[in-house]
Amino acid sequence: MSPESPRVFQGPTVDRRVMLKGLLAAAGVAGLPTLAACSSSKSSGSGSGGGAATGTVSLGSNASDAVPKKAFQAVYDAFHTASPNISVKVNTKDHDTFQEQINNYLQATPDDVFTWFAGYRMQFFAAKGLSNQIDDVWNTIGGNFPQSVHDLSKGQDGHYYFVPIYYYPWGVFYRKSVFAQHNYTIPTTWNDFVSLCEKMKSDGLTPIAFGDSDKWPAMGTFDYLNMRTNGYQFHMDLMHGKAAWTDAKVKKAFSYWTQILPYHQDGYIGRKWQDAALTLIQKKAGMYLCGTFVAQQATNPDDLADLDFFAFPAIDPQWGQDSIEAPVDGFMLSKNPKNRAAAVKLLEFIGSTQGEAAYLNVDPSYDALINGFDTSKYNAIQKKSATLFATAQHVSQFMDRDANPAFTSTVMQPELQSYLQNPNSLDSILSSVEQQKQAIYTS
Amino acid sequence: MTVGTSADAVEPGRAGLQPRAPKRLRRLTGRDKTVLTLMTGVPTSLMVVFVWVPALASILLSFTTWDGIGLDSIKWVGFQNYHQIFTIYPQFWPAVWHNVIWLVVLAAVPTPFGLFLAYQLDKRIRFSRFYQSAFFLPVAISGALIGFVWELIYNPDHGLINSLFHTNNPNGTYLDWVGHYPLNLIAVLVAASWRHTGYMMILYLAGLKSVDPGLKDAAAVDGANEWQAFRHVIFPSLRPINVVVAAVTVIESLRAFDIVYVFNKGENGTQLLSILITDNIIGEASRIGYGSAIAVILLVVSLVVIIPYLIVTFRKERRA
Amino acid sequence: MTATTLAPDTAQPRSRPEKSSRGRRVRPGRIVLHTFLALTALAWLVPILWAVYTSLRPYSETQSHGYLSWAHTLNFSNFTAAWQQSGMLHFFWNTVLIAVPAVLLTLLLSAFVAFVVTKYDIKINLFLLMLFTAGNLLPQQVIITPLYRLYLLIGLPSSISDSGKMYDTLFGLIVIHIAFQSGFCTFVLSNYMKTIPATLSEAAVVDGASVWQTFSRIILPLLKPAMAALATLLSIWIYNDFFWAIVLISNGDNMPITSALKNLSGEYFTNDNLVAAGAIITALPTLIVYFLLQRQFVSGLTLGAEKG
Repeated sequence: MSPESPRVFQGPTVDRRVMLKGLLAAAGVAGLPTLAACSSSKSSGSGSGGGAATGTVSLGSNASDAVPKKAFQAVYDAFHTASPNISVKVNTKDHDTFQEQINNYLQATPDDVFTWFAGYRMQFFAAKGLSNQIDDVWNTIGGNFPQSVHDLSKGQDGHYYFVPIYYYPWGVFYRKSVFAQHNYTIPTTWNDFVSLCEKMKSDGLTPIAFGDSDKWPAMGTFDYLNMRTNGYQFHMDLMHGKAAWTDAKVKKAFSYWTQILPYHQDGYIGRKWQDAALTLIQKKAGMYLCGTFVAQQATNPDDLADLDFFAFPAIDPQWGQDSIEAPVDGFMLSKNPKNRAAAVKLLEFIGSTQGEAAYLNVDPSYDALINGFDTSKYNAIQKKSATLFATAQHVSQFMDRDANPAFTSTVMQPELQSYLQNPNSLDSILSSVEQQKQAIYTS
Repeated sequence: MTVGTSADAVEPGRAGLQPRAPKRLRRLTGRDKTVLTLMTGVPTSLMVVFVWVPALASILLSFTTWDGIGLDSIKWVGFQNYHQIFTIYPQFWPAVWHNVIWLVVLAAVPTPFGLFLAYQLDKRIRFSRFYQSAFFLPVAISGALIGFVWELIYNPDHGLINSLFHTNNPNGTYLDWVGHYPLNLIAVLVAASWRHTGYMMILYLAGLKSVDPGLKDAAAVDGANEWQAFRHVIFPSLRPINVVVAAVTVIESLRAFDIVYVFNKGENGTQLLSILITDNIIGEASRIGYGSAIAVILLVVSLVVIIPYLIVTFRKERRA
Repeated sequence: MTATTLAPDTAQPRSRPEKSSRGRRVRPGRIVLHTFLALTALAWLVPILWAVYTSLRPYSETQSHGYLSWAHTLNFSNFTAAWQQSGMLHFFWNTVLIAVPAVLLTLLLSAFVAFVVTKYDIKINLFLLMLFTAGNLLPQQVIITPLYRLYLLIGLPSSISDSGKMYDTLFGLIVIHIAFQSGFCTFVLSNYMKTIPATLSEAAVVDGASVWQTFSRIILPLLKPAMAALATLLSIWIYNDFFWAIVLISNGDNMPITSALKNLSGEYFTNDNLVAAGAIITALPTLIVYFLLQRQFVSGLTLGAEKG
């Protein structure tokens, strides 16, 4: 009884004002109203105690890397300590295969709980009936999160389907020592940004590092350019298929990209993003737009300490720097879990301070979403993420999580590469994108 | 087991020296017939159920749109998928073109080279076992491995080639073997030819083994030099092997997948039909009907090759 | 012609006038040839040698000096790390559990069909042969989605399958390998069987042998060389396959060896040296099989090539 393919999805729009208060309080800024004002839900933020639920919860995980795997295991172990009657059985697959298989996996023999991402991608499975709603979980953990996160965790029908665990923002990374050496200042407007690129070029640095061989990095650049040029709402309309790619606004966003393409590292089509990150770390490039996971490439602690990032510069003063791209990862419940009661307990634990802390103690690559999370142990990158996240008014999830997956992988990825190879053929590229988009969204 | 001599092989029409005679069915017992039925029935059912039925299902699916979730969301759309593929899918025609290029290149470069190597190694020169191993090694390892190994060589920033020739300077000469067309197509074809040569070499080695040496001697007696002997005597008698080589080369160029997928996932410049199918079917993209339509196109093209091959092969069958 | 190929050493009808007359004189042309072949063969090995070299170097070293540099340290640290991190032993075992039955059953079932098709004159024979040969030439992508659906529909007893279905079982992988590879083996074995003289089976019938006895006692033993060659080929092909598992296996523990390599590529951070080491470990079984059974491997490919 699954519904027809959704044509246009009303994705979550996130109001950041409420979140602002909560996180600034956590970051130690005095004189702001506390949590009580934030959300209207009932209980406070602790996780699950004991309970009637027992047995085993099976969990499908895409965390195949060594550190995240360990970090998640720490969460499950902490849960087991809190609820000794329930054990968690983890089924890990390498992240690529996990994502490739997801449709088949969810329809056939899924585990009770599985790792996934917020955004349209999550809502899609909810609408298809492949995920079980978890309003009961949110009754318990609702108070832990600001309204924005509530919105991110709901499906199209208004019910909850997702429990978040962490987020990581995208920003423009740079090395503090390089900026100090050349007396660069952090640009906040577009003109400042372009003149900084000019300066870097004359100083012998590659202004902007870039590597798009995996095809998704380019989407990060586009998302920010679009949000800065046309605002968050238009960007979401575009992602949800409501706006046309042939719109003049889209062309305008691309025009800024064309303007800075000459400052990009050469050969970006074939370069892996990790190699682009290395160019930044090796001080050959000045700036690099990436997610905070880029810090993992700095294996030398001195390099890591020198790394910092700033928010993507504003283009249109109407929007300023109001939006941030910060993908959120978390968990969902499959449609017919074998042990729902125990799974609910696990999800409640994950959505609590203890759950998030258990993860971040092992893997400090990300930030927590819980209200009032203790950020004193955060490293510099985490603290910066929290600050930027708190000051942003809108949160996007990244193109491949905000838009129809068939569209992003079969259309946007190759077409963005076509644009990067030949910026002059933008018009024909955009009309081809629009044609294909309509074919996909109306099928 | 010395029956089945060359004389027989050369003249299959000689009914008198047939190496096999068909068994007369009426001598079979009921039990025999059961055994025969099982012996053919079980393998045939497996093949039909797990290969041919899904193939037919794919053909049917190509006329629908479906996101792969739940059987009730299948919608019949007739030829719409095909129409879209042929008109508005920018990846399609490049993929077709690249499959054709693969075919032309594989036929023109590694195949003759494999023949050349086979011919030389057939002379039983010293170290031929070593040479044979070296050239055949790529065939024994998986396509994914080949893609990975060549990625280490072609990586624009720190691969072997660019490091060696210093063509990895972003502000100077920068050869992007992975992302830039036509460099990436050339790169991938080199990797594929690396493997295809060994495969062809082995096939031709076998073919050469069954060439009647008497023919070569006769040519030498007639005063032909090596090249003339090859061209007029040996090559024509390689005809049966050439049929196989032709079929294998065409199939390999149509089935090409592993190497390119691991190398750069079929980026701009290296798209292939098999990769397009995978992009649309595997993963969240899940446009099953659309992907099936591409698969059917690939199937039709494959059949265009397979059927003549079968006819040629089995024509001899019926004559024999 | 297949007979001559299979017994090359016993029946050597070729005379080599050039060799006996040349004696010990080495032709300059021969030297050129050897030089060319040697250089080309070495060039052929370069990609593999480069991967081996990379795998023996610690990551920190290549980070600081680049990949194209003389190695200060060469050790097997990447190999031990790859072995431990990817859970290779477990995946090796999975592949063994898949490949061994798949190879044996494919050979047996293909021999059945080849036997019936060549030794008995039944009208459907040619059609069967064409069915099998054509099935061998289909690309995998063409059948993958319906196959997944089929696997969800077929129920299996819980002793074989955790999920109760054919999906996500090693058994399921074995079945598709058999179905997919039997075309090639049938074709090759039927060619081979044509060279077995009818007199043998006819004599057996005169002696009162049934069909099964003719097959198992007379024909099957004679197939040994062909079976050995095909077994080598099949195990290498099945071992190297990674496509079926992507669609038909859902539990990470049931994955074959080819997915172990993917476990080594991090989502954000990939250590190429580590992956190279993992890749080499993964390739070792096929390389060992190849070297041990080189002759059978070669003749296996060509068995299908010979046509009467």
